[in-house]
Amino acid sequence: MNNVASALPRVMRFALTRPRLDLPLLAALLLAALFGLVVLYSAAEGDTGTVVRQAVRLGIGLLAMVALASISPHQVRLWSPVFYTLGVVLLVLVAFLGEGRGAQRWLDLGFLRFQPSEIMKLALPMMLAWYLHQANLPPSWKNLAICALLVAIPAFLIYLQPDLGTALLVAAAGIFVLFLAGLSWRLIASLAVLAGALAPVLWHFLHDYQRSRVLTFLNPESDPLGDGWNIIQSKIAVGSGGFAGKGWMNSTQAHLEFLPERSTDFILAVLAEEFGLVGIVALFALYLYIIGRCLWLASQAKDSFGRLLAGALTLTFFVYVVVNAAMISGLLPVVGVPLPLVSYGGTSLVSLLASFGLIMSVYSHRRLLR
Amino acid sequence: MKNSYRKPLRDSAREGSIFRTRAQVSFLLVCLTFAVLGLRYGYLQVIKHEEFTTRAENNRVKYRALAPNRGLILDRNGIILADNRPAYRLELIPEQVKNLDETLDRLRELIDLSDRELERFHKLRKARRSFQAVPLRLRMDETAVARFAVDRHRFPGVDIVPYQTRHYPRGPDFVHVVGYVGQLDAEDLSNVDASRYAATSYIGKTGLELAYESVLHGEVGREKVETNVQGRILRSLDAVPPDAGYNLHLTLDARLQELAVKSLGDFTGAIVAVEPGTGEVLAMVSRPGFDPNAFVGGLTVAQYQALLDSSTRPLFDRALRGGYEPGSTIKPYIALAGLENGYLDLSTQMFSNGYFQLPGQSRRYRDWKPGGHGLVDVVSAIEESVNVFFYDLASKMGIDTIHEYVSQFGFGAATGIDLRGEAIGILPSSAWKRANVGEPWYRGETVIAGIGQGFTVTTPLQLAHAAAVLAARGESRKPHLVLRAGASAPEQVTRPATRVTVGKREHWEAVIEGMVRVVHGANGTAQVISADNPPYTIAGKSGTAQVYGLAEGEEYVEDEVPFHLRDHALFIAFAPAEAPTIALVVVVEHGGGGSTVAGPIARQIIDAHLLGFENNPVALTPAGVAP
Repeated sequence: MNNVASALPRVMRFALTRPRLDLPLLAALLLAALFGLVVLYSAAEGDTGTVVRQAVRLGIGLLAMVALASISPHQVRLWSPVFYTLGVVLLVLVAFLGEGRGAQRWLDLGFLRFQPSEIMKLALPMMLAWYLHQANLPPSWKNLAICALLVAIPAFLIYLQPDLGTALLVAAAGIFVLFLAGLSWRLIASLAVLAGALAPVLWHFLHDYQRSRVLTFLNPESDPLGDGWNIIQSKIAVGSGGFAGKGWMNSTQAHLEFLPERSTDFILAVLAEEFGLVGIVALFALYLYIIGRCLWLASQAKDSFGRLLAGALTLTFFVYVVVNAAMISGLLPVVGVPLPLVSYGGTSLVSLLASFGLIMSVYSHRRLLR
Repeated sequence: MKNSYRKPLRDSAREGSIFRTRAQVSFLLVCLTFAVLGLRYGYLQVIKHEEFTTRAENNRVKYRALAPNRGLILDRNGIILADNRPAYRLELIPEQVKNLDETLDRLRELIDLSDRELERFHKLRKARRSFQAVPLRLRMDETAVARFAVDRHRFPGVDIVPYQTRHYPRGPDFVHVVGYVGQLDAEDLSNVDASRYAATSYIGKTGLELAYESVLHGEVGREKVETNVQGRILRSLDAVPPDAGYNLHLTLDARLQELAVKSLGDFTGAIVAVEPGTGEVLAMVSRPGFDPNAFVGGLTVAQYQALLDSSTRPLFDRALRGGYEPGSTIKPYIALAGLENGYLDLSTQMFSNGYFQLPGQSRRYRDWKPGGHGLVDVVSAIEESVNVFFYDLASKMGIDTIHEYVSQFGFGAATGIDLRGEAIGILPSSAWKRANVGEPWYRGETVIAGIGQGFTVTTPLQLAHAAAVLAARGESRKPHLVLRAGASAPEQVTRPATRVTVGKREHWEAVIEGMVRVVHGANGTAQVISADNPPYTIAGKSGTAQVYGLAEGEEYVEDEVPFHLRDHALFIAFAPAEAPTIALVVVVEHGGGGSTVAGPIARQIIDAHLLGFENNPVALTPAGVAP
C-alpha cells in the first residue's frame, strides 16, 4: 500500500492515506457502475474494448472523486466565483467559436474537446451556494433576484447553442439550491402556476426539431418509422422484457439494432429488456439509496455552502435519473440525457463522480471547518 | 444594511433545520417519483408485456416465401431438356426502403438498369405486397454482383439473392415444343394464385413450359427468419420447405428431334413424328429456332424486335401453327373416302390422258405428267400420284362427302395436343364456305380439293396425326407430348382411342399398298428413297404445297421462280408399313418437289428410329423426281 502510494502525486497520496470517502455511498456507486458495465457489455454486443474503455473512465472518475473528497469545502467555496466566471466565459466563447453538428456545443482546445455546459452543471450550484452562504436563510427578495440572474445568464447562453434540455437541467440545479435554502412555499407555488401559464409562450420559442420531439412524444405512432421510432422501439424493449427479463445478452431489440443509442442514452431499455422489472427495481433501489445517503450526508454539513451544494448536486443527479428513465418508458419526450453511472460516455461519468467526491468532502470535512 | 446588521446574528441552527426539512421533503418527492416510475415500468413490463412481446417478435421475425424448384423436363429416355441452374438476382423489398426513387437512382449509378427493367419492376411491385421481394434483375453477371456487394450497406432493403434460373441445355432444337420461361410480370401474377408465386421469378410463357405450368411450378415454402433493423436475414428460425414441381417426362425422343433438326439443314419447315396407336409425339420440330435461354435472362427490345422482324419468323411454331396446303398428301384419304363410300372399288380403273374436264366446262385440270399415266387403278393412282384420278373421284363424291369422311382423320379441327395455340386449319365444306366466305360452293373447287389444293389448309401436326391414324388402321389417339409427370412409377395417362370408321379392311390395305409403292414401286414418285433397298417397307406420300397459284396454262419451272415463292415440299410416311411404329410428316418450305427434298429427310428419320442412331445412313442424294 505504501509502495503504491509513494508512486502517486502528493494529492493522491494524501487522499489515499487519509481517505475521506463515504464507504456506504462508494459501495452503492460502484454497484451501480458495475451493473452499468454488465449491461454495456451486452449493449455493445460483447465488445470488450467498449467495456474496458468505460472501465478506464470509471477509474478516472473514481480518482477525481477521491481527489475532490479530500479537498475541503472551504477551498471549493473560495474558488466557486472563479469557476463560475470561467464557465460563463467559455459559454460565450462557444457561441463564437464552438462546433458541433447542428448546434454549437463543443469547444476544441486542441488537446481537449469538451462541452462547457458540463462545467456549468457543477459551477452554477457552487456559485449559488457560495452566494447564499453569505446570506441569511431563507433568502430575501434581493438575494433571490441576484440568484435568478446568476441562473439566467448561463441557462440563456446554453439555450442559445441551442440546447434547451441542458439549459433546463442547469437551471434546475440552481433552483434546487434555492429550494434547499428555504425558498418560500408560496413563491414555489406561484412559480409553478406561472410556468404552467408560460408553457404556450415557450412553445412559440421552440425550434422545429424540439416541437416535433414533443409532438412525437404525445403520439409516437403518428410517425413510427421517423420521429416516433426511438420512443416506440424503446417501449417495445422495456415491455418485452417482462417481469424477469430475457436474460443477459438476449436483448433482441438491441442486438438486431432496432434500439437507437443503445450504449448511451437508451441503455436503460437494454437493461429493462434483459433484466426485466426485477433489474429496473433493483437499479431504482440503488439510485434511491444513493440519493437518500447523499441528502443525509448533506444535512450533516456544518455550513450553508456545503449543505446547499451537496443537496443541489444530489437533486440534479436525481433529475438526470428521472428524465432518462421517464424518456425510456415514454413518459417524457426524447432528450439527450444519459443515465447517470450506467450510460457509456466519459464526460458525464467523470463529472458525476467528481460531484459525489464533493458531497463526500462536505461530510468528511464537517468537523474540520474553520 | 439589514443584511450586514443581521449577519452576525445568523441562526445557523435554524438554517440547518430549514435544510433538513427541505431535504426530507425532497426525499419524499424522490420516493414518490421513483414509485411513479416503478409503476410505469411495471405497467409496461407486466400489464403490457404480452403486447410488447408480440411487437418485439414482429420486429425480429419475418416470414419469407421460398421458391420451389421448377420441375425438370426430360425426353422419353431421361435426357434433360430443361433444368435449373444456380444464379443470382437483385431484388428489393419495398417495405424496407425509405425512399424508393432515391434508392433506385443510386442503384442505377452502380448497375445499368434499363427503363424497361424499371417499368417491369414497378408494375410487379404494385402487384405484390410490400413485404414481398420484387426482382430488379435476374441472372446478374459476376461483375455486377461484385460491384453491388461492396456497396451493399448503402442499400438497406436491396439484396442479391441466390436462386435457380431456368436453363435449356439443348437450346434451339426444342424451343417451340418445350417453350421457355420468362420473368414473372404483373400480368402473369393476375392469372395465377399470387401467394403460390410469392417467391417465384419465372413463369412458363410458351410451349410445354406454359401448358404444364401448374405441374412444373411446385408449392411455395415458408421460412421464419430473424432479421435486423435493415431487414437483413441473420438466421433461419423455422421453415416449411417448398415442394419442387413435378418433372415432365416427354414422349419426345431427343435424338430423333435433333436428327430431324439436323436433317432440315438450313431449310425452314417442320417435322412431326408420332407413334401410331399411342399418339406419342416422338419429334416435333419447327425451323428455324432460336435460343430460349436468351428469353430467360430477358431480351433487350432490339433483340426481340430482330426476332420479330426476321423474314424466316423463328418465333413462329410451324409444326403447331403453320398452315400448309396438303397437296398430294391428301390423296390417300380421298382414295379411302371413295372406296369406303362406294364411289369406286379395288378393281375400278380409269384412263388418265393428262387432264380432267368437268362436264360442260372448258377448263382443263391438268395432271403433273403431260400426256397422263394411262390406265390406272386406285393403288397405282396413289403410287404415281395421278391427279386426274383424284379430280374425277373428288368431283364424283362432292365436297361434303369428302369433308365428312376425311375429317375423321383430324383435318380441320384441333388434334387436342397438350400445347396451347394449336391452329385448326381448314377442311372445306359447302357449309364452311357459306359461313366463312359467304359464297356457294363451286364444283371446280371440289376438283382441286381432290389433290389437296384450294381452300384446304393443314398443320404439320395434323398431317402427322392423320398419317398415324392411317398407319394404325383407323385407331386414333390424341397426339400428346407428356408421357408422365412426377417421379412416381411410370403411369400411362389413359387417352381413350376413337376409331375412324373402317368399312373394309382391304380398302385400307389397298391405300397403304399404294403408299408403299410410292416408295418401293417401279413407278413410285419417291422410289429414290428406297434405292438401297431398306430392310423394311415404308409407306409414304409426297405432296407439293403451292405458294402461289399458277394461271391456267402457266408452267411451273422451279429455277425461274424466286426462292420465297417456290413450292413447299411435303412428305408423309409411316414404317414399317405392316406394323408401323412411326408416322411422320416432313415439311420443307420452298423445297420444291416433295419427294426430292422432303422424302430423303423422312427416310433418314425412319432409319434412325427403326435401325438405331449409330448406323444412320447419310442423306440420300435426291434425284429429279416429280411429286
